[in-house]
Amino acid sequence: MTEALVPIARINWRRKITRHKVFRRVLPWLVIFAIFALWQLFVMAFDIEEFVLPAPTAIFAAAWQWHLPILDNAWQTFMTTAIGFLFAILFGLLAGVAIGSSSLVYDGFYPALVGFNAIPKVAVVPILVIWFGIGTVPAVITAFLLSFFPILVNVAAGIATVEPELQDVLRALGASRWQVIRKIGLPRSMPYFFASLKVAITVAFVGSIVAETVAGNKGIGNLMLVASSRFEVPLAFAGLLMTSVMGIAMYAIASAIERKMTGWATRGTDGGTFVPAG
Amino acid sequence: MKNFVHLDRVALRYGEDNEGTLALQNLSFQVDRSEFVAVVGPSGCGKSTLMKVVTGLWPPTMGRVKVGGHEVDRPLSITGMAFQNPTLLPWRTTISNIMLPLEIVEPHRSKLKHDRASYEESGRKLLELVGLEDFAGHFPWQLSGGMQQRASLCRALIHEPALLMLDEPFAALDMFTREELWLVLQELWLARRPTVILVTHDLREAVFLADRVYVMSARPGSIIAERKVELPRPRELAMSYEPFAVNMVHELREHISAARSAV
Repeated sequence: MTEALVPIARINWRRKITRHKVFRRVLPWLVIFAIFALWQLFVMAFDIEEFVLPAPTAIFAAAWQWHLPILDNAWQTFMTTAIGFLFAILFGLLAGVAIGSSSLVYDGFYPALVGFNAIPKVAVVPILVIWFGIGTVPAVITAFLLSFFPILVNVAAGIATVEPELQDVLRALGASRWQVIRKIGLPRSMPYFFASLKVAITVAFVGSIVAETVAGNKGIGNLMLVASSRFEVPLAFAGLLMTSVMGIAMYAIASAIERKMTGWATRGTDGGTFVPAG
Repeated sequence: MKNFVHLDRVALRYGEDNEGTLALQNLSFQVDRSEFVAVVGPSGCGKSTLMKVVTGLWPPTMGRVKVGGHEVDRPLSITGMAFQNPTLLPWRTTISNIMLPLEIVEPHRSKLKHDRASYEESGRKLLELVGLEDFAGHFPWQLSGGMQQRASLCRALIHEPALLMLDEPFAALDMFTREELWLVLQELWLARRPTVILVTHDLREAVFLADRVYVMSARPGSIIAERKVELPRPRELAMSYEPFAVNMVHELREHISAARSAV
């Protein structure tokens, strides 16, 4: 009798797990929707003026009304972010490998880099304007400056923490320093690298927008600045909404790449196959 | 060849000047070609340091190190190494892990591109020898500790090194797996006959596997005793419980406790 019952119980159990998974997928959307709903209720209940805090409906209306300029400026912001970010990847990787693989380079350069990183990048923008004028270039450079450091630190950490025994194995085969980096250091630092991309892309985005706000003539940052100076607060909020959508999109792309490239480091946590070993 | 590995009054002091720890002092020993030698000693006696000196990873502070008749003045490229930690690369499959040395050691390195198929074939043969033939495409995290250690042994042997250095390779395994791997190691050794230096703190392991056992003193390490193990090959596990082996284990144990109390 129990034998007949077991499979049914198991089916129910499976179903429960599937239902749980579906719920997990839907949950983020529910949270976002709930935030907007509460916001809408709050604004309506206290009858808050539009120029103080516009209701989500007003923001969506403004976003629709101004969708062409918003998209145009978003594209500009996306381009400056992407260019600055690509440079950050290039230099972050190179400098990370150099700093991680040589304690001499590390000791020499690291303090200066930390000091440099401690400078608020907003403070640098006016100087960039003096050098390059208003527009795209300061935004690209700010994006680069902000996103460069997390990439460098992570790549350097990945390379510097190679197990000494593993190094011995290779060196006892007559491997050169570069071979040790290429065969072990670089692949080993890849999870660190891709994890840092998620952080870096977000801060690059913040960098572009800050520069556009302070010294831009185009881009989402500039659009929000202009909108709020004209008291078109719903439009300013629509700009904010756009930045946050773009931020999520870029983060999602970065983490998709991460999963594809370094699945071995996150096995099991995202549906990686598990083969029990005996 | 007699004295394939020859250490002559070697001393090694870590750190610069005369302030670092003296790890080895006045240490001399010889290993013949194709001989299986075990080095035992109290913990912290500098067994692992000895490995680094022999393979040229650390230059000795005093004395001479010769391997194959040549003075060692840089890391040797004829060595295979395995440690207590299997240190497999988690991003590579088993077969690709064990083929790593071929990507570094000449002449394999230049030939690998054209002959990948035949090299992979020999890699698979090696895996078959240690019973891992079905796990060539698996990643290290999919293998048990014992299986990882087998793969690590294969990686140490794939390039047919003249000298195999094993630093407590089975120390982290349970007793049954350990004994199983003793047999695997013996089989590998009988098949290829590399010169082996096995560092261990397991005296039964030393007696079962080695032709000759060296006993090291406490730090600073030097050789205080040497015993030949005259058991026929291939040896069987039961032999390690027979009077000859048991007596030798007892004798070695006494040497080591004497060395420890001498500190």
